[in-house]
Amino acid sequence: MTRWLAIASLIIVVMGAISYAYFSTQSKPKEHLIVSTTTSLYETGFLDILKYDFEKKYPSINVSFISQGTGLAIQTAMRGDADMMLVHDAARELKFLKDGYGVNRKVIAYNFFVIVGPKEDPANVKGLSPLEAFKRIKESGEKKGAMWVSRGDDSGTHAKEKSIWKTAGFDATNLRKMDWYLEAGSGMTATLKMADEKGAYTITDLGTYLMNYNKKNIKLEIIVEAGKDTLNVYSVIANNPKKTEVAKSNFDASMKFIKFVVSDEGQALFDNFGKKEYGQPLFAPYVKLLKSGSNAELIQWIKQQAYFDGTECPQEYRYQAEGLY
Amino acid sequence: MFETFVVAFRQALDLILSGDPEVLSITLRSLYVSGLATMLSCMWGLPLSVALGLSSFPGKKLIRGFFNALLGIPTVALGLVLYLLLSKSGPLGIFHLLYTPLGISVGQSILITPIVVSFASSAVESTDVELRDLARTLGASSFQTSSVMLRESLWGIVLAVIASFNRAIAELGIAMMVGGNIRYVTRVLTTSIALETARGEVALSIALAIILMAIVFSITVAIGSARRE
Repeated sequence: MTRWLAIASLIIVVMGAISYAYFSTQSKPKEHLIVSTTTSLYETGFLDILKYDFEKKYPSINVSFISQGTGLAIQTAMRGDADMMLVHDAARELKFLKDGYGVNRKVIAYNFFVIVGPKEDPANVKGLSPLEAFKRIKESGEKKGAMWVSRGDDSGTHAKEKSIWKTAGFDATNLRKMDWYLEAGSGMTATLKMADEKGAYTITDLGTYLMNYNKKNIKLEIIVEAGKDTLNVYSVIANNPKKTEVAKSNFDASMKFIKFVVSDEGQALFDNFGKKEYGQPLFAPYVKLLKSGSNAELIQWIKQQAYFDGTECPQEYRYQAEGLY
Repeated sequence: MFETFVVAFRQALDLILSGDPEVLSITLRSLYVSGLATMLSCMWGLPLSVALGLSSFPGKKLIRGFFNALLGIPTVALGLVLYLLLSKSGPLGIFHLLYTPLGISVGQSILITPIVVSFASSAVESTDVELRDLARTLGASSFQTSSVMLRESLWGIVLAVIASFNRAIAELGIAMMVGGNIRYVTRVLTTSIALETARGEVALSIALAIILMAIVFSITVAIGSARRE
């Protein structure tokens, strides 16, 4: 009997020691804010900086980012497993608002997608517009000259890719069956690495591409530069506390976070991230741009792509949003 | 190509030896989460195993069969089921277990309970029936008899517990789906390896993989050598 007790005590002591060691490396915040977001923001490490600065300002809030594709991020918010989201797909964001799940949408940042590919440019698309490039890559693919890798994960980037195919006159669901069209089903970095391995083209946000290129993870080059068609706009939306399915979401902390990222302080973080290493911010601050009015054409593009009826958030989807609009 | 691997390997050893705080925190979390899972599954699994091993009752074969069948359940499948159940919009959402370390522990304990039950009950069952008869003839009570039988099958039970801990700490599906791989909160060794590889941080992935394998191997070896004494 005593041997049993000895063994049991030993196990409990060991577990206790490990638990203590584990918990002593943790801090105990009082409330949680869960933000579901895109993989591109996550993989560049920018969210860690947002988290750090936000928690410095509000030490009682612990922010957790769940990085998934935009599609999944929206579902997570709809299920109430996240309190708010930070995504980049205006069409689906509007649906989220219209279905009553979200309130207080704010456009916070932007960057551009670029088409990258092997240096040799087998499909010969350098210098073309994104639309023309897509068409030619498809032609080249059918002749076994080039390959394309798609995110294939229902993310914002994937949605952008599908919309360009659509404008070019093709249905991405048919393209999926082609030999030259590969679906990664992964985040941006994994997709870039796959394209690198296969010597294929893909569309990527500039931020993730630059980060990986600088780290020498990939050798792909920018073949088609940024333009109006490849604008990428990021927004935040808080869960609607009046909607029963998500009523238990932490609306208060969500609003604090939204107000933080649109503040001068928050926008400065966007402005600085990447400036040193890449010469430009990876996620350019939109609120700052709007305030300065320094690039009217770019502001117009963003409004055309990401605004609904002339506003980033129609009146009926605003709630307790003093000072935000 | 091989060169980059060697460089990464060396960086990995640096990370481990320098005691990088985040690597340490992730390792401790893995041990804690899977350790708790093992304890939970033993709590309800061992008594059940003893009952299955020592007594016979209607439905015993069915229960044994049930746990044997669950031995090979794919972790992602179980992870998905748990994710749907534990979500705030799911039936067990009130427990707030999603995206927490405790949630992972509960999920992993469900995963490894079949291991504990199958192996431990086999160990108990295979102890010599003559031993039981001998104990009885020497005047032992029912409880004393069971204790003696248990002591005989102790190593079988210990191996069952070790096997289930190894399975828990090495699994990815549940930790990923139920935990969400949230930094400083639910990031464990397996999810970190998956994440850092996807981010292209090969050195860090290798470091974490080395630590994970070291944990699993050393526990197995330590128990194995203790047994031989």
